[in-house]
Amino acid sequence: MTADRPDGARFSFDGSPVPFTPGQSVGAALWASGVRSWRSTRHEGRPRGLFCGIGVCFDCLLTVDGRADQRACVTPARPGLDVRTQVGSGSDGG
Amino acid sequence: MAAERQLDGVREGDTAGVVDVVVVGAGPAGLAAAVEAATAGARVVVLDDQPRPGGQYWRQGPAGPGRYHHDRAGWDRLAEGLRGQVAAGRVDHRPDHQVWRLDGPGDGPGDGHRGALVVVHAVTGGRGADGEVPVTLRARAVVVATGAHDRVLPFPGWELPGVLTPGAVQALLKEHGVVAGRRVVVGGSGPFLLPVATALLQAGAQVPALVEAGDGRGWLRGWRGLAAGTDRLGEAAGYAAVLARHRVRPRLRHAVVAAHGNDRVEAVTVARLDAGGAIVPGSGRQVAADTVAVGWGFTARVDLALQAGAVAVPSPDGGTAVAADPFGRTAVPGVLVAGELLGVGGAPLAVLTGRLAGTAAAAHALGRPVPPPAAVADLLRRRRRATAFAHTLATAHPVPPGWPGWLDDATVVCRCEEVRLGRLHEAIDVLGATDPRTAKLLTRTGMGWCQGRSCAEATSTLVAVRCGTAPEPGWNVRPVAVPLTLDALAAGDDDPS
Repeated sequence: MTADRPDGARFSFDGSPVPFTPGQSVGAALWASGVRSWRSTRHEGRPRGLFCGIGVCFDCLLTVDGRADQRACVTPARPGLDVRTQVGSGSDGG
Repeated sequence: MAAERQLDGVREGDTAGVVDVVVVGAGPAGLAAAVEAATAGARVVVLDDQPRPGGQYWRQGPAGPGRYHHDRAGWDRLAEGLRGQVAAGRVDHRPDHQVWRLDGPGDGPGDGHRGALVVVHAVTGGRGADGEVPVTLRARAVVVATGAHDRVLPFPGWELPGVLTPGAVQALLKEHGVVAGRRVVVGGSGPFLLPVATALLQAGAQVPALVEAGDGRGWLRGWRGLAAGTDRLGEAAGYAAVLARHRVRPRLRHAVVAAHGNDRVEAVTVARLDAGGAIVPGSGRQVAADTVAVGWGFTARVDLALQAGAVAVPSPDGGTAVAADPFGRTAVPGVLVAGELLGVGGAPLAVLTGRLAGTAAAAHALGRPVPPPAAVADLLRRRRRATAFAHTLATAHPVPPGWPGWLDDATVVCRCEEVRLGRLHEAIDVLGATDPRTAKLLTRTGMGWCQGRSCAEATSTLVAVRCGTAPEPGWNVRPVAVPLTLDALAAGDDDPS
């Protein structure tokens, strides 16, 4: 797994820094950091993370810089992104 | 509308230009089609949803092809062809474009003497914080080369985090440099399981079980066929050597029939299958694992071609293909298909079908006849041979017909809408559904974000099994092939015609 490099690029996941290498997706960087789930489902509140890994299944949705329903597996990691766990549809009331 | 031959005329947001050939997808088939069409004199735009060309097979990170790249020579040839055509201004490669709808010429505007145009609706951007930008192109011919994704079947616990597709494992490794797990069980069916297990071992992971539902007789036969025209028998021997070195012995006629854990997978049950694919009673054995990769071959992405009016046909692997002639021409003039849409057959076949489709697309766009059979005899012959092999492989790795028996009423069928098998059965037994469409309306199975890509094929089988009918190919074609924001949809609909 990707080693934690103290001087490397990071984004924020629920307030904690997550390191990534150039070209990695948000989902791959989270996976490399040992995070396996970042969404809880709408009906049963069950944890979900990567499944298809190539943008097909929409299981790995999370919120990026305030935008809900972003696929972690195809969202490029960028320094300073504010990535958050998505609960339910991520857009309740909206 | 005037024929606009300038590539400048088809910039993003501009709907005035007309392109000779639009190729959807930049995998083996799409790249081959683009290079061939451009060589024949057509102006080509390639729209691809990936950031880099190569598709799933030649997936790569920003630094280019890495250690796990297959058929490096084939890739280098196509990549060089693409670079040359891009430099010459004949191919405009646009990454990060998701095509969401294809309107056949019956629905689109005309193009004077050349007949009706195909309209391609796409969006770009939208990953991360930026909004989606709609892109609409009109084309004289379109080659749909959208490839395939892993075919998945529901099983108890498959929704647990840590259960992945084999394609996800490869994408993590090849594009992102991430090893999917420490102890990874690999299962399902098909030759793709071998490179996945091998790459995991080479990357330092343990593979406590590698299970193939087939009986193995197809494996060797299949790999011999794959060797037709390429050096893939050597590739297979390489996998076997790595597996032997790590003392991983594939277990044939076995399957991962359940995954266990609370908030992530911790173990799986591996069971022996009988000839019909039913679990042999008492054969189940738990295997500890932090990650599981299960896949059953591939599902071709046929949505766009079918939207445009092409005809769905059953493919030899039990999935859905698009009806087409040897050049990839569908029933819709100007709409061609290449690669896995013709029946899943792997990259070497995809390149051949891409070249044929590129040739025919350019001919259609430029108002010429397709080359006479003698001029493309070698391509046609190699295509026939590779197709025959693909059929052999597909029948050697069938989805075990008994798989619905592995599920219980609590098994999640639709991951997006969290529909369990019990509700699907209720829709059939109590509410009277007799086909997948009705079952979908009653339960929301296949109505979620993925639009049924993960569960439509399985749902069709599960409904058919319960009702005693035959599964329907292509029943779940959606008017919009990827989820869009309402803004993008509205902008796309505004498109003047």
